[in-house]
Amino acid sequence: MSSPQPPASAAPSPATSIRDQGYRRYAGGRAPRGQAWIVIARSGIRTMLGKKAFLGLLLLAWFPFFVRAVQIYAAANLPQASQLLAVTAETFRQFLDQQEIFVFFITVYVGAGLIANDRRANALQIYLSKPLTRAEYVFGKFSILAAFLLLVTWVPAMVLLLVQVAFAGNFSFFVNNVFLFPAITVFACIQVALGASTMLALSSLSNSSRYVGILYTAVVFFTQAIYGVLFAVTRTSSFSWLSFSANLAQIGDVLFRLRPKYDTPWPVSFLVIALVIAASGFILGRRVRGVEVVA
Amino acid sequence: MTDTAVVTLEGVTVTYGRHAALRDVTTAFASGAVGLLGPNGAGKSTMLKALLGFVAPTQGQMRVLGLDVAAAPLDIRARVGYMPESDAHIPGMNAVSFVAYCGELAGLPRVDAMQRAHEVLFYVGLGEARYRNVETYSTGMKQRIKLAQALVHDPDLLFLDEPTNGMDPKGRDEMLDLVRDLGHNKGVNLILSSHLLPDVEYTCDSVVVMDKGRVATAGAIDALKQPRGRVYELRVKTPTGAVEPFLERLRAAGLDCHATDEDVMRVFVPGEGGAHDLFALAAAERVQVRHLRPSVPTLEDVFAHAVGES
Repeated sequence: MSSPQPPASAAPSPATSIRDQGYRRYAGGRAPRGQAWIVIARSGIRTMLGKKAFLGLLLLAWFPFFVRAVQIYAAANLPQASQLLAVTAETFRQFLDQQEIFVFFITVYVGAGLIANDRRANALQIYLSKPLTRAEYVFGKFSILAAFLLLVTWVPAMVLLLVQVAFAGNFSFFVNNVFLFPAITVFACIQVALGASTMLALSSLSNSSRYVGILYTAVVFFTQAIYGVLFAVTRTSSFSWLSFSANLAQIGDVLFRLRPKYDTPWPVSFLVIALVIAASGFILGRRVRGVEVVA
Repeated sequence: MTDTAVVTLEGVTVTYGRHAALRDVTTAFASGAVGLLGPNGAGKSTMLKALLGFVAPTQGQMRVLGLDVAAAPLDIRARVGYMPESDAHIPGMNAVSFVAYCGELAGLPRVDAMQRAHEVLFYVGLGEARYRNVETYSTGMKQRIKLAQALVHDPDLLFLDEPTNGMDPKGRDEMLDLVRDLGHNKGVNLILSSHLLPDVEYTCDSVVVMDKGRVATAGAIDALKQPRGRVYELRVKTPTGAVEPFLERLRAAGLDCHATDEDVMRVFVPGEGGAHDLFALAAAERVQVRHLRPSVPTLEDVFAHAVGES
């Protein structure tokens, strides 16, 4: 075929030298399908760990752990403190309660931009033109947030359990409270699933991570405020199912075998949490697409 | 459909709400470099997105590299590279990290992905800028990095959606050289979607012309440019000085003509009559032919003819 001339400067151009750099076919191996979420999670975690402010937040989030570790040490080794600082199952429940504020800040810091930034940069069509499903993409993003949230909830709580065994020098507390292991695990998982899925869903709704952060804050505090108003009017905590944190607290109390704080039956709280997670999944299914359909 | 087709569509309709972007499209893209040509809104980008599985057709079947798009979209995407039309990158990464990341997403081992990233960045001319954050790139550089991320996993087929958009003339020439090199020297099949006729004519061997969601014409560019008649560039002087009546007379005689200047026109004469027919008509209208030159048909003629017909 006779080659038509290029449109503008048709003469041999510097592009010739570009071609000289060569392009060769790839003959190496490829990873099995279904592992792209690991690539996404690894990259996201590495990116966050490269931020000094975030590392500072993580360190701060471990401060209550050290306080609790000192408490456990004192209770185990100082007779005069053993009554005042006695370690019970409730100690672990209180510890996870204290971590809620860090869960909130880490969710906002890490999660707000996870999908919003990709939407802003039109990265979704890059991701989804590769051999990965939308579910893998979402799970990869979810894993980034979940990893950090578990790092400030489940991991320190489990380490505290080990610390208790180590300082006490016996397994009696652990044996008497063996339910703590599943309780901590299930509570942390529910807490992470609720926070991460809600944040991802909100993140998929906007191109601005700042806006998403504000939106998440509003959702958390607004639901609590509505419950507060209803409580003030009705003097009953039956409406606690309206509050994000109250639902979590209710489930937490049941898991740690404590008397629930609110009148709402725990299955209702659990159902509300499940519905929020399901709604988040639905939103993500609608919003995470390779092409934005405006019709 | 040809046996060597890398992409086939059979009766494909894609709708966005009530708007049909593709209407019962049946066509095939041969191996090598194929242009997907059409004006804005013709359905080119929608076709590429449907082939990638981004949008599901309401009816019809599509096959890419012998694989059914509905049944094996991931297998297809593993072998296809896509360069989107709009700016697209992973935020917060420099070029080499971004391209290596795309390689890993496509299944390349980490070390191989990084090595390929360096290679393709040099190939597309971003070797010196590969440690710069992508967000600081100029429009032309962003086009190149989109090509690099599409190439990093060594696809068998490339979808290039308006790859020269927003580029200056020099950058555009370089991009077209790269595309031409990939299609003709590197054994990569590619579909180049563009509304720019010269881009397609320079880089591709065959073309599919789209208009209003339908295929207007398709085939090898050389074959399409073979006229079933002849094209002449013609300059005339009429008794009244007005060219329009003569143009009307030519059209009435079945000739396709377009005035390109005051008294210059391009005339397509079907059949074997050629210049003889033109002279006969001019004599009958007492029009003097001042200039007559056979004209080489361009892809623009093919495009105008196809779109006009559709």
